[in-house]
Amino acid sequence: MIPGMLGRKLGMTQVYDDTGRAVPVTVIEAGPCVVVQKKTVEVDGYNAVQLGLGEIRPRLVNRPLKGHFERAGVKPVRRLAEFRTDAAAACEPGQEVTVDMFEQGDLVAITGVSKGKGFAGGVRRHGFGRGPMAHGSKYHRGPGSLQSRAASRVFKGRKLPGHLGAQATTVKNLTVVRADAERNLLLVKGAVPGPRGQWLAIRRVADRRG
Amino acid sequence: MDLIGILEEEQKRKDIPEFGPGDSVRVLVKVVEGGRERTQAFEGVVIARRGGGSRETFTVRRVSYGVGVERVFPLHSPRVERVEVVRRGLVRRAKLHYLRTLKGRKTRIRERK
Repeated sequence: MIPGMLGRKLGMTQVYDDTGRAVPVTVIEAGPCVVVQKKTVEVDGYNAVQLGLGEIRPRLVNRPLKGHFERAGVKPVRRLAEFRTDAAAACEPGQEVTVDMFEQGDLVAITGVSKGKGFAGGVRRHGFGRGPMAHGSKYHRGPGSLQSRAASRVFKGRKLPGHLGAQATTVKNLTVVRADAERNLLLVKGAVPGPRGQWLAIRRVADRRG
Repeated sequence: MDLIGILEEEQKRKDIPEFGPGDSVRVLVKVVEGGRERTQAFEGVVIARRGGGSRETFTVRRVSYGVGVERVFPLHSPRVERVEVVRRGLVRRAKLHYLRTLKGRKTRIRERK
């Protein structure tokens, strides 16, 4: 079985569950994806399926990718992603993957690029405490001491201000609230990395609770 | 409309009467108590409505045994069984938070005809 699929974040809202409780959900436009390539141990050294999603004008596809799509016999897609699975052999290029692979209550891990925060200080980036903002304090949001004076240098890995966000982030164990196969919508409880329109990889999580 | 808007539209209830700030309403809420479900009524003045789509809520205020009590209900929640409009009030603001600072006769609201 294919362990996941691709989607795009549409935004958040809330829905009422069976008990009438409001559940915060992220709405994802999930698929339908198409299998573009299968990778096997013999040829590639590992087992995986490559899935694609999103329409793209043929003119925008470069020649190496064009050949790749022609070989699979599929329409060009905007995004490609690999999913490691030993079940790869059972798939064929051109095969469709839709949201009905998920159902209510399933646990998924969702990977996407988080929102970029630019160059952020230590308070925001690492959760440093801040100094008093008033009463004559002149120390507000600085990083504090970097090291003991005896060390005479700053050790590697010191948490300091720097670039925050805009990196691949995975949120694990999100519950599927609804999978709407008709409209290709997936509703998961909670937040998902990135802005609206963000491309996401949705992977099934083995349910450890049994 | 975007898909989120469509999704919210589906959640909306069509059986909720029109009412707004200043109106007195009787809200019948389902509560689960000791494993069984019953309906509880809460009657008071609507002092605010906020949010949009299926996420809209309204706030009802009443003075009970000399203590002001306010409850916020999700307008489209399935736990809200029914909303009855008891009286229509004439007010000039959308949010009646000023009622919190008033007592007795000053909290009266003119009736809208």
